[in-house]
Amino acid sequence: MAKEVLVFAEQRDGALKKVSFEMVTTGRKLADQMGGECAAVLVGDGVEGIAAELGKYGADKVFVVEDAKLKNYAPDLYAQAVAEVAKDAKILLGGASAMGKDLLPRVAARLETAMASDCVKFDLDGDALLSFRPVFAGKAFVTIKVTGSPQIATGRPKVFPAEENAKAGAVEKVSVSLGDAKAVLKETKIEAGDRVDLTEADIIVSGGRGMKGPDEYKILEELVDALGATATVGASRAAVDAGWRPHGDQVGQTGKTVSPSLYIAAGISGAIQHLAGMGSSKYIVAINKDPDAPIFSKADYGIVEDLFKVVPEITSEVKKLLAE
Amino acid sequence: MNVAVIMKQVPDTEALIKVAPDGSGYVKEGVKFVMNPYDEFGVEEALKNKESAGAKEVTIVSMGSERAVEAIRTGLAMGADKGVLLKIGENEYTDAFGVAKALAEELKGGDYKIIYCGKQAIDDDMAQVGPMVAQLLDIPCVNVVTSVELSGDKAVCTREIEGGKEIFEVSLPAVIACQKGLNEPRYASLPGIMKAKKKPLDIKDVKLEGAKSEIAKWEMPPERPAGRIIEGDDPAAKAAELVKALREEAKVI
Ligand SMILES: Cc1cc2nc3c(=O)[nH]c(=O)nc-3n(C[C@H](O)[C@H](O)[C@H](O)COP(=O)(O)OP(=O)(O)OC[C@H]3O[C@@H](n4cnc5c(N)ncnc54)[C@H](O)[C@@H]3O)c2cc1C
Repeated sequence: MAKEVLVFAEQRDGALKKVSFEMVTTGRKLADQMGGECAAVLVGDGVEGIAAELGKYGADKVFVVEDAKLKNYAPDLYAQAVAEVAKDAKILLGGASAMGKDLLPRVAARLETAMASDCVKFDLDGDALLSFRPVFAGKAFVTIKVTGSPQIATGRPKVFPAEENAKAGAVEKVSVSLGDAKAVLKETKIEAGDRVDLTEADIIVSGGRGMKGPDEYKILEELVDALGATATVGASRAAVDAGWRPHGDQVGQTGKTVSPSLYIAAGISGAIQHLAGMGSSKYIVAINKDPDAPIFSKADYGIVEDLFKVVPEITSEVKKLLAE
Repeated sequence: MNVAVIMKQVPDTEALIKVAPDGSGYVKEGVKFVMNPYDEFGVEEALKNKESAGAKEVTIVSMGSERAVEAIRTGLAMGADKGVLLKIGENEYTDAFGVAKALAEELKGGDYKIIYCGKQAIDDDMAQVGPMVAQLLDIPCVNVVTSVELSGDKAVCTREIEGGKEIFEVSLPAVIACQKGLNEPRYASLPGIMKAKKKPLDIKDVKLEGAKSEIAKWEMPPERPAGRIIEGDDPAAKAAELVKALREEAKVI
């Protein structure tokens, strides 16, 4: 079967990642424009049962590579398996998740082709994929055209919609003869706490040096709790370097690039490196007692006020509103 | 054991990026260039391996224009032993695959036990070179690494994933792509800077081949319309006004 568009479907512990549905939906649309087929490739051990879920989002076919050696993420073996299925595809898409970012460059090198990472929009010029993506953490954008084959690209999580588009994908097992993994996963530690990751959050409340210390983040956490399960806490580098927050919370050019629907910056001045990482948020709220703070020039809504006075008030307003 | 660090020279994080009017690239005049911040973690880790894990020599390998010599010298001033620049013209372009091919070719002959690099370069943000080099050399790679423990011919590395960590064991040689949190990069000392001038730095002309993609166009991000300062008599009034606006205008809560 022709695989005009193939999507790497990421699963962990037998559960498909949401970005996989986003990419299958995107792949489906591209395949329709090309008048071709959209397939998915699923790699793991005992994962055939979840293959049908990909069909719901529009995959005509799901190639399943199963092997006990693929139970945990093994970068070199996964790359071998995906490259095997992808070698005659025109386009290979995946999510720009921790796994996708690690795996797909290996697949590209294996197939002697290039790729575009962390894209936020795709287009077609005939059969050529045009990938639109931020550079310099969003200070500029480029359009990439891969001239090698397949044309590989990863899409940023949460940017593309996941839409059901039932195609009742057929499942085809593919066997790949694998050697021994060169990098072996010994342990996965998922941090306690039920908050979403920054890159997957819909709402981010970030605190900077203006928070004054680690314990004061409690007021941001209370606001996040009031805003619900899709909200989480972020930080500026000043707060991370002070040891108030883990470095995984850092938003900015050398932290995470985020694009939530709502970004609330409390006690953050708006240094260029910070703005670079959050500038593509849909709505930005700045809370700063200094009316001249540069963050206000990027904000949709600004509050000039002591954050310790206004954040708890916002929390109680949100609680009131959501209780209605 | 010898250790290599793959390093890229990039515009300083402070730099204001301006796209050239014809969309062919960004304006380099007036921009200050520095060592890619994530690569600094690689240099630091390599130097630590020299101080306490028996690494003999640390080599910095970079691909770029003549200007990248400055960034290699920074690494030498931090304490690396020698540098190699795979030199291309200022306006010559290749993609991550082309870079990885040239780097892998250079690294192949070096008998390196560990090849450090940054998890991504902060200019193109592609995050591809580390895993691509590993694939081309057919060795393991651990990406987005925040801790490395070496024992004999093995390394145990912790890497960041969404909401947690993965711990990988790899046999050496391996590529380790560094993330913030791995260490605190040292500054180049004045004596270090003096010594760096005398350290070997090999400049090799490379012929570009192997690029499998092109940048069709550069653009500036869309301008954000001017925002609004929320007024009110006291914090409670401002909070109420903000929440109302987020609900009714922005519709995000
Ligand atoms: C190589 C490099 C990479 C970098 N990468 C990043 C990055 O990825 N992300 C990042 O964020 N930074 C980054 N930076 C750092 C950046 O330059 C700034 O230093 C940092 O963003 C400042 O953080 P801040 O806004 O929290 O602190 P500050 O600039 O100190 O601002 C604190 C703000 O809090 C306000 N404030 C204080 N008290 C209160 C109060 N009670 N109520 C309300 N407001 C109050 C002040 O008015 C001030 O505007 C990088 C720097 C370098 C050199």
